[in-house]
Amino acid sequence: MRRTPLPQDAIDDIDRKILNALQDGFPLSVRPFEDAAKPLGITETDLIERISRLREIGAITRFGPFMDAAAMGGAFCLCAIEVPCERFEEVMTLVNAFPEVAHNYERVHKLNMWFVLACDRTEDIAKTADRIEAKTGLTVLRFPKLKEFYIGFKVSA
Amino acid sequence: MSIDQTDRRILTATEGGLPLSPTPYAEVAGWLDLDEVDVIARLQRMQESGVIRRIAIAPNHYALGMVANGMSVWDVDDTVSETLGAQVGALDFVSHCYLRPRALPDWPYNLFAMIHGPDRETVEAHRDEIKTLLGAACRQSDILYSTRILKKTGMRLRKGAQ
Repeated sequence: MRRTPLPQDAIDDIDRKILNALQDGFPLSVRPFEDAAKPLGITETDLIERISRLREIGAITRFGPFMDAAAMGGAFCLCAIEVPCERFEEVMTLVNAFPEVAHNYERVHKLNMWFVLACDRTEDIAKTADRIEAKTGLTVLRFPKLKEFYIGFKVSA
Repeated sequence: MSIDQTDRRILTATEGGLPLSPTPYAEVAGWLDLDEVDVIARLQRMQESGVIRRIAIAPNHYALGMVANGMSVWDVDDTVSETLGAQVGALDFVSHCYLRPRALPDWPYNLFAMIHGPDRETVEAHRDEIKTLLGAACRQSDILYSTRILKKTGMRLRKGAQ
C-alpha cells in the first residue's frame, strides 16, 4: 500500500467528488455505477474508468463490501508489551512468528510494542497471549474491546 | 447476525473488491453460479444485519495527505464513558474509537481514539479538541505515536470460522 502523498495534480475535482461520495456507500442495484454516476454528473463508463485509475495510482485501498470482522465469527484483541530496548528486535521476531499476530506496531511509550491478535475462537486469544508470554518471558497486557464507537471515518479528498 | 455458506462464499469472492464492470453483482453471481437477484438480496440483508458495515470506497488516507496519526488514550469516568466515547467516535478526524479495560497500575486508560491528520501539529490540535470535549470527566491522557510497522497482514476471512 502506498504510504506517501500523491502529487497535488494526480487527482482532479471529479476524482475528489467520487472519493468523497463513495466513502459513504455504493448502491446495491443492477447498474450501481450508473446510479452512483448520476448525482456526480458523469457517465457510468467514466465512473468505472476513474475508479480503476484511482485504484492503480494507489488513491484507493479497497472498493467493495467491508465486513465486521467480529460478526464473521473471529475473535480479536489488542495487546501490548513493555519490551526492554536491548531485546526489541529479538522479541519482535518471536511475536511476529505467531500467525495469530495480525498487526504489530512499535510505539513511543513504556509499552512500546502493540499488536492485534486474530483467532478463530475467543478462547484462543488468552491461550495465544499466554504462549507469547512463555516464549518472550514478558507480560502481555490484553485490551479486548468492550465497546466500539463506529461511525465511519471520512477522509476529505 | 447469522450467515450461511452462500453468504460466506459471496464475502470471500468480494474480499479483493467488487469487479469494475457495469453489472458487478451479476459478475459475482456468475463466479459463484448464483442469481444476480439473490446476490444483491443477500448483500442487502448482510448490510442490514451489520455483517457488512458498508459497500464503499476506502480512500488511501496516506495518498491523500493524511500521513500523521496517533493513538490517543484517555482515562474517562466510567459513568459517562459510553456517552463521551460516542461523541469522540463521531469526530471526523477519529477513525477507530473503543472502550477497553484498564490494566492498572501500568495503564489507567479506558478510551482509545485513533487521530489522523496531515501532520503531527494537526494531530496534536485534534487531541486538544478531544480534551476539551471530555472536560472534567477525563482524569489523564496520553498519545502514542507509531514509529514502525513491525507486521501487517490483512484481516482475512478465516476458513474454519463459523
